[in-house]
Amino acid sequence: MDNHAIDSHLNFYETKRGLFSWIFTLDHKRIALLYLYSISLFFLVGVALGFLMRLELFSPGGQVMDPRTYNQVFTFHGVIMIFLVIIPSIPAVFGNFFLPIMIGTDDVALPRLNLFSWWLYIFGALMALGTLMFGNGPADTGWTFYAPYSVTSDTNVSMLLLAAFILGFSSILTGLNFIVTIHRLRAPQMPWFRMPLFAWGLYATAWIQLLATPIVGITLLMVVMERTFGIGLFDPSLGGDPILYQHLFWIYSHPVVYVMILPAMGIVSEVIPTSAQRTIFGYKAIALSSMAIAFLGYFVWGHHMFTSGMSDQARVVFSFITFLVAIPTAIKVFNWIATLYKGSIYITPNLLWSTAFIFNFLIGGLTGLINGALAADVHVHDTTYIVAHFHYTMFGGTIFVFLGALHYWFPKIWGRMYNQKLAYWALGLTFVGFNILYGAMLTVGVKGMPRRYYDYLPQFEFLNKVATVGSWILIIGILLMIYNLIRSARKGEIAPRNPWNGVTLEWQVPSPPPLHNFDRPFILSEKGPYDFSLLEKINEVEQKPLDH
Amino acid sequence: MFTNASNFTNDVDLTFAIIIGISLFFLIGLTALMIYFMVRYHHKRNPVAKDIHGHVGLEILWTVVPTILVLVMFYYGWSGYTDMRKVPDDAMKITATGRMWSWTFEYENGKKTDTLVIPIDKPVKLDLLSEDVIHSLYIPAFRVKEDLVPGDTNYMWFIGQQLGTYNILCAEYCGDRHSYMVSKVDVIEQQAFETWYNDTTQATLEGAEAGLALLKQNACMSCHSVDGTTMVGPSFKGLFGRNTEIESNGIVKNITADELYIIKSIEDPAADVVKGFSNIMPAYKDKMTQKELEQMIEYIKTLK
Ligand code: HEC
Ligand code: HEM
Ligand SMILES: [Cu+2]
Ligand SMILES: [Cu+2]
Repeated sequence: MDNHAIDSHLNFYETKRGLFSWIFTLDHKRIALLYLYSISLFFLVGVALGFLMRLELFSPGGQVMDPRTYNQVFTFHGVIMIFLVIIPSIPAVFGNFFLPIMIGTDDVALPRLNLFSWWLYIFGALMALGTLMFGNGPADTGWTFYAPYSVTSDTNVSMLLLAAFILGFSSILTGLNFIVTIHRLRAPQMPWFRMPLFAWGLYATAWIQLLATPIVGITLLMVVMERTFGIGLFDPSLGGDPILYQHLFWIYSHPVVYVMILPAMGIVSEVIPTSAQRTIFGYKAIALSSMAIAFLGYFVWGHHMFTSGMSDQARVVFSFITFLVAIPTAIKVFNWIATLYKGSIYITPNLLWSTAFIFNFLIGGLTGLINGALAADVHVHDTTYIVAHFHYTMFGGTIFVFLGALHYWFPKIWGRMYNQKLAYWALGLTFVGFNILYGAMLTVGVKGMPRRYYDYLPQFEFLNKVATVGSWILIIGILLMIYNLIRSARKGEIAPRNPWNGVTLEWQVPSPPPLHNFDRPFILSEKGPYDFSLLEKINEVEQKPLDH
Repeated sequence: MFTNASNFTNDVDLTFAIIIGISLFFLIGLTALMIYFMVRYHHKRNPVAKDIHGHVGLEILWTVVPTILVLVMFYYGWSGYTDMRKVPDDAMKITATGRMWSWTFEYENGKKTDTLVIPIDKPVKLDLLSEDVIHSLYIPAFRVKEDLVPGDTNYMWFIGQQLGTYNILCAEYCGDRHSYMVSKVDVIEQQAFETWYNDTTQATLEGAEAGLALLKQNACMSCHSVDGTTMVGPSFKGLFGRNTEIESNGIVKNITADELYIIKSIEDPAADVVKGFSNIMPAYKDKMTQKELEQMIEYIKTLK
């Protein structure tokens, strides 16, 4: 059980100690953890703001804050969750930690750039927080910064836009780093179509980060210019065009939803074969559908603008392409479920987080079909239905996978096992609370309650109350999960190399891995990354009885 | 659902029903299958897994079937929508203007209101204009919504098919009082509508009463209250003769609100900004006659 007895290496925590050894580290694993801790912190801040919003909406009329504050709260919640949590989340944490290991190398291609990305992230985050202190209060525009409201609002919009601009660079650099790493550092025995699917997800994502993010960067700067120097770009009273802003904004911000989801789909494609102890069904279909989604995702941005007065032909074309994106997404779901067929399934919290993801994401995707259908979208556009739809995809989708990945790779990262019983409870509460909260918001949206509403008509009261109660259950679940993971990281049972009997490379290194990841030559199959006939050979390294 | 309140409700609800039906089928079916597999192929029941790398036939099947289904959904969404953009020639034209945070509806004969009144079973076309930021005119019961974009023109049309009063909401976030930017549409009988439409007697109000009507018409009430509560702007209650701290060109000074000050505040609000409030009130210079200003002040004076 003791890794050190086998390899005599120190693990990556032990090689160096002290604050500076962390914040100036070039080790991809430590950078991953720096991201994990910062992202978790902001996630909790975002959750707290979400809690406050739901409290305000418990009853009609003002409850705990005034309208201006509410508007600032949903803006800050959105900006934190999008730019500080979900865009970096899986790539920056699990991508950084596991991509090099899974493709058989000792670090990313550009470690200094990797550290620089994290510092940019921190700098951007501090700047976003700075809007709380400087200027006339934090922005109240919503995370979409629609002009001309964002041009005329007297709150501190400019600083928040600059923060988002800087965070964009952090994301571009991470993407660049992964592309180079996958092209240049892949183990020689690993051709493209034997890469683990998580690497495929990261690869597709990286291209979107690299190609789409600059557009939003420039767009946000244009708003800053307009606010500071009165250059008329988007505000009609200065001769600008507000619809132009929306095009530029969504040209980035639609593709970016795939930045959020593709890496998550990659992780699910890892967890399911490991849990079913068999190869993935339709490897190529899953890998290529990621690329198809990334590509098609560029041409659907107009579905956010179906009621904006865009030309009628454009609306029809955007609606059509939007439906096409549904197809590769459906293909993935079918292949995941088919992977369970004739497997030898071990039920663990890891697997249940993944199946909870599939359920939530099915709802997220299927409710998206209504948004794609022109006539129906006109009714639900800009209602709480949309808010629930994107929480189903981003929260129920990506964040659920993120939390599931924390469990799946927990033994590898911290070298200890987590408490399974508490993990089931936490997952159960989170899942139930989540569906009550957003199920109620979906319904009240179909009934016609617009989004970003501080106050609402009496007929919406009951469902809003249900939603708020759901948010409490959800938050208890999340807190329980965090408690369990923190406690287990310190007190849990010591973990073996390969607690879940996986066959990808990260299960062939010690838990936690040594500084340079590999302590012995790794085993790769000619039959692809999920060849479980190798399991015995992989596990020979460690004579620990497996605890299943 | 299927209330038939406007000529679009049934088409839109049908699109909803079709998509929700298909979606529920897949959601329930796939979830059940997933659970079944987890039980049936649990490692205790099935100790040895079988490696299946894929199946071309299945991949084709589950590419083609979703493709057909989404094309069907696209078709329903599109056909329902095409009607929404095709305005009949005989539609009655009304201009709907949105501003922070109120609506005005202007009819062809010049009649202006803050609630929309339309005759039953007659097509109505709304030309949508905004005076400041983007708003969105949303009538949930009619299943219609379209943005009001400043500097741009947009439109919507519909037929009210059932007598009654329905909510008009603003669906595009537009600032502090976005959720209070609410109005109503009254669908009434053709005859009642004609009487209402041709009645232009509202101009006969005099003095303070006319002032109140003006405050309502010009949307002052969406930012100012008359009962002392502070909304986006200071309340009108007790305004006349009040000692107020204002900021004028960066200099803070104390003034007493008299007629001249109030007129200046209305015509050029950016000049003297009341301390503790933001400079967001629109300027009304040249939009009001001297008489109208006096009538409003006369009403404000009554609010002690
Ligand atoms: C968009 C919101 C808004 C609208 C609409 C609006 N106001 Fe104002 N008004 C304000 C704000 C905010 C202030 C305080 C800041 C300032 O002085 O500019 C103010 C200040 C005033 C003052 C000075 C009050 C004082 O305490 O000294 C008067 C008088 C006034 N408004 C009258 C009107 C009238 C009359 C109308 C309609 C024709 C109107 N306002 C429409 C927001 C609005
Ligand atoms: C406990 C968790 C959460 C709660 C209670 C919550 C609740 C809410 C509420 C009430 C709104 C405002 C809805 C409206 O505009 O009417 C909102 C908006 C939003 N949420 Fe969350 N949320 C949570 C987690 C998340 C997560 C994890 C993400 C993303 C990963 C997220 C992203 C957003 C975004 C982008 C908005 C839109 C903000 C805007 O309108 O500008 N939220 N959320
Ligand atoms: Cu989109
Ligand atoms: Cu609004």
